[in-house]
This record gives sequence, C-alpha cells and structure tokens, in this order.
Amino acid sequence: MSVVINERAEPAPTERGEPLVSLRGVKKYFPITRGILLQRHVGDVHAVDGIDLDVFPGETVGLVGESGCGKSTLARVVMRLYEPTEGTLWFDGQDVTKVDGKELRVVRRNMQMIFQDPYASLNPRKTIGSIIGEPYHLHKMVARAKVKDEVQQLMKLVGLNPEHYNRYPHEFSGGQRQRIGVARALALRPKLIVCDEPVSALDVSIQAQILNLLEDLQQEFNLTYLFIAHDLSVVKHVSDRVAVMYLGKIVEIAEGPTLYEHPRHPYTGALLSAVPVADPRAARDRKRTILEGDVPSPIDPPSGCRFHPRCPRSRSLASADASVSEAWMPRCVADEPDLTTQPEGQLAACHYPLETRIIATDPAG
Amino acid sequence: MPVPLLEVDDMRVHFPTDDGLVKAVDGITFSIAPGETLGIVGESGSGKSVSSLTIMGLLDRKRTQISGRVLFRGQDLLELPDDEMRTIRGAKISMIFQDPMTSLHPYYKVGAQIAEAIIHHRDASKKEAMNQAVEMLGKVNIPQPRDRANQYPHEFSGGMRQRAMIAMALALNPDLLIADEPTTALDVTVQAQILELIDSLKSEFNAAVMIVTHDLGVVAEYCDTIQVMYAGKIVEYGRTDDIYYRPHHPYTWGLLGSIPHLGDDSDRLNPIKGLPPSLINVPSGCAFRPRCPYAFERCSIDVPPLIPTDGFHADACHLSLQDKDRIANEEVLSTS
Repeated sequence: MSVVINERAEPAPTERGEPLVSLRGVKKYFPITRGILLQRHVGDVHAVDGIDLDVFPGETVGLVGESGCGKSTLARVVMRLYEPTEGTLWFDGQDVTKVDGKELRVVRRNMQMIFQDPYASLNPRKTIGSIIGEPYHLHKMVARAKVKDEVQQLMKLVGLNPEHYNRYPHEFSGGQRQRIGVARALALRPKLIVCDEPVSALDVSIQAQILNLLEDLQQEFNLTYLFIAHDLSVVKHVSDRVAVMYLGKIVEIAEGPTLYEHPRHPYTGALLSAVPVADPRAARDRKRTILEGDVPSPIDPPSGCRFHPRCPRSRSLASADASVSEAWMPRCVADEPDLTTQPEGQLAACHYPLETRIIATDPAG
Repeated sequence: MPVPLLEVDDMRVHFPTDDGLVKAVDGITFSIAPGETLGIVGESGSGKSVSSLTIMGLLDRKRTQISGRVLFRGQDLLELPDDEMRTIRGAKISMIFQDPMTSLHPYYKVGAQIAEAIIHHRDASKKEAMNQAVEMLGKVNIPQPRDRANQYPHEFSGGMRQRAMIAMALALNPDLLIADEPTTALDVTVQAQILELIDSLKSEFNAAVMIVTHDLGVVAEYCDTIQVMYAGKIVEYGRTDDIYYRPHHPYTWGLLGSIPHLGDDSDRLNPIKGLPPSLINVPSGCAFRPRCPYAFERCSIDVPPLIPTDGFHADACHLSLQDKDRIANEEVLSTS
C-alpha cells in the first residue's frame, strides 16, 4: 500500500511548552472490499479524516461527538493500536507514526487506556491482582516478588480494598470494575492516559466518584488525559480544552468555558442544547435545537461542510435570503470550511458561525 | 386529584435465592393519573426496573414472592390469570426497554414485529396491520417508513431502533406507557430527540407515562411528579419542582450533587460515598444510613416512614424539616 504523507512542519514549541502528543493531518481509512477470492477495493470508511491536535503535558483535552464521528478511532490511533493511513503522530518529541516492535513497546509504557465497558474490558478468568499486575510482567519494570506489594498499593490508591487481590471481576460492581481499569492503566506510571467513554456505562452517582478519582490522580501524578465522551457536560467538567468532532473532523476547539459561553459552530450549539439540565424551570424555558436524523455515513461524507445536511443555521439563513433558492447556503454545500480563529479565541470550522448563544442561561450557573 | 389510572399499593417483590431472600421491592405505594408523567429515579439495584416488570406482569410468579396490589382502572393485575393479563399487556399497558440493540428480534423485519402485536390484539388482517405499522413508523419520524418497515433491525441505527420500539409500544394506543431507561444507551442528541418524541406522542395519545432512569438531569423537563427509590423503597416523592428546588432526602441531594453542570466551573462533584447496599442484608433502620453524611443515632434504629410534609411532597428521613431545608439550601442547591 502506498501512502502519501503530507509534508508538514514538526510541531513547534509554544509558550505552553512542548506538546506531549501532537497530531498533524492524521487520517485513518478502513478499506471496504467486495468479492471472496479477488478482493476488490471498492471504497473507504473515512473514520478520521485529517486531524491536527496538540495535547500539552498536564492538561485534559476532551473529545466529544456522536457515535460514529471517529472519536474512538482517533483514540486508538493516538495509542498506536491503529497505524494512521496518513499524517504524523508525535509523542513526547518523538515521531512515533512508524515505530513498531520493541521500540513501540517502550513508547507504549508511557501511554495507557481506560475503556468504556467495565464488563468487557477485564478478563473474567483472571483475578484482579493478576489483571492489575500484568503490565509489570509484560514490561519487567518491577521484580516478580514485589509485584503484589505494588498492585496492592495501586488498589489502595484507586479506592479498592487491597484484601480483594484474589477476587475475580464478576465479584465487583460496575464502578469498582472501572476502578480496576484505572489501577491497571496507572501501573506503569504513564504520561498519557486515553479515557474512552470511561463513565458512560455507569450510574450518575458512581460516575461522579470516578470523575473525582481521575482528577485526584491527575494532580498527584501530573497525568495528561485525552478524555472521550458523548456527554458534553461530563467532558466540560473534566477538560481544560474541548474538541468537538463530526464525521472524522474537528469542527471546533475551545477552552471549556469559552465553548459553553460562545459556541461558534452550529453543531456545538446543537450538542449544548441537547444536554439535559437538572433544572426543570430552565429546561422548560430554553429553546432547543433538535438535530434531525443521524450522523451520515462516513463512507461517502457529504460535500462541502460535512454538517450541512443537518445544519439548522445554514437552512434558516438560506430560507431568509431571497437570492438563495436551495435549501442550504451554496457555500456550505460547495466549500469545505477550515478551522479558523474566532473572536473569542477558539478555532471553529464554519462559514457562518453562530453570533449569539442559542441556549438559555442556566440560572444556577 | 383526578381518578388514578394505576394505583400501586404496598407492592413487595422478593426473590428467594441460595444466598437468601432478595428484597428487590419492599413496600411501595404510588399512583399515576391519566396524562401524567411520573419519573422513577434511583441507582442500579434500587428496585425501579423490578417495579416496572411487576406492573407489566413479566416476572415468573412461581419463583417470585409478590404481594400488595396493582390496581389498573380498579382491576388488580396481580390477581389476573395469565391469559387475561395478555389482553392488557401490549394493548393497555406497554413498555419500552432500555437496550434497543437487544430488544428487537434480529431475524424478523421491523414492520412485521410491530404488526405482530396489532394482529394479536386487534384481529386485523396482515395487510391492515402492516399498513398501521408503517403509519406508526412515520409518526415516530422514521424517514421512508414503507421501505424501512421491510428492513431488519441491524439496518437501523441505535436511535432508529429505539424509535421502532416506541412505534411498537404505541401502536395499540395504550393508556400507560412504561419507559425503562429509554435513552441510557443513546447519544445526547438522540436522547433529546427520543424524549421530545415520547412527550409529544403522550399528548397525542393522551397516555400516562412512567419513565425509569438513574439520571435526575434527564427527566427534569418531562415529568410532572418524581419518586426517588433506594434499596427497594420510595425515599422521596413529590412534584418535579419539589424534588429539584426543595429536595428533602439526603439521597436526592446526593443524586443532584453527582450531575456535572454545564454552566458552573466548580472543580468537584459531590458524589454519594460508597455503594448501594446488598438487598439481602439491608442495613437496619434507614437503608441509606451507611452512606449518609447526616446520619445520627435514631437512623440505625427506626426505619423512617414516608411522610408528606405539605400534603403531597413526602420523604422518608429522620432529620427535622428545618434541618432538611437548611442543608438543602446551604449545601446542595447553592453548589449545583
């Protein structure tokens, strides 16, 4: 397979220091084939389609978007579980796009992942002691005799009872299992932890416990998180910066409060207005932008701005403008917008960004 | 008060197991009026799903000890023989399940699954039932309903499957719709679509709705009344505004404190400490005592009764009303 790599400048150190993770023009396509013997290549799933992103040490970058927008694929590319189809990936100053074998194993020591489903991500036939201790055996960082002590330390750290060392995953509740997942991710004291929907499967009360735990651990070990979720309120709560993804592209990146106060991309606006508010009066008063339909197929993404078929703003501008006869603004259908700097400092990819907040103020906030 | 559609009176559901008796639901009493939306909120294992399954008559009565009364239009559903229950289930009371991925049959076309209930209850011909199924799919905003009715569940996205489930549940114009965590498996955008849909169809069909959820944030907009459940009992019951603006039970405070708020930048959430209790050995006195930061001696001795404070809004907690109002205002509502 021939791969064209875009020549892009190596990420330059900024006033925030050198980024820990840096993505430049990263794409990940999955080929679709037809036929049994002669597999013809008939198309691609454009799961991640050109992403530039920097994650600085000690910060939490949130990634939000609906199912099928490519956020989990991006996480797996960052973890180098997938090799990117195009683009470059830097980790800690090193180009890791192509490393493999022993070299990759050394890089992996510094990046760990917490998975969504605490029921499926733990081997049911292993005790939790051996699940949490496995990274030590794989990377031979701790002497065999000391592993048990280390594991019990970790268990204490994440709020598990160290006496449960020999129990099996089925003896734990969902929240406790997620703590086991956190302990396993922490074992090698990584620099980066990629959290892929770590709390989506949990009850709200337990969800809050895990979010607080992740925050405490970040302070204690100076961890960097890439935090993925579909719930904007959770992402905004934990993140310093939030990136909104739609169909394989980042459509807006901003600091949490800016994103909430001044969303510029209509998709961000719609996501914000879909977040449930635990305040019946405010909830009844606010105007909701309900997005119609589902995310389109990433096999053949829409032309121009990928969001235009569902975009309420492009549609209302087009109907207000007498010179436009189509359902959407022609520019949205023809040109793909680039990420540009907005007055409030964030980046957004939209030809007609939102001017004012479209949701009612939360009086409690 | 209008005449209630459904009255649940001291319902208890106990499961005998090898480890002991699991008291999943332990004496709950509530009612739903026609056109009302009731939210049932609580953590996993608080008995909310078992309550809805009992009302639907979906538990195996041979292996379960069920007592109390479930009056639907004055008729006790717990006393009904299976074949009579079958005429009510699906037609008068229907249910939307949590997981749209597993609750549709993968081998049958979506339209046929919706038509099946219509044929069974209405003596309709296959063709009439199919037409009605297509019409229902259109009502739940599925584009090209005629083509979609001829597809299999795997060809639907998660949100569309949940819509198909709603179409199925509402096809026979039921009086009561039970939605058990209808949006938990879905994206927030789709969640908003589904809740709006349930709400608008509710007024169109004039049905009563019972929404079961673990997230107080989800139901704020849509419920008239809310009951909070913990360890098989109702711990607080009231109008939606009572629960959000004047919550009285420490467990309700915990649930409210666990929700991250978009508009607020405080760093910490105030989750409930610990885990829900085992339903075999429920703590003595108040079941919430081990996790309650305000517990005092009396809480370990007496089980607090569910007492209304203003005729309607009721809670089961030993704290005095002044203390509850003070703590709620100073520590709970101010931070959320």
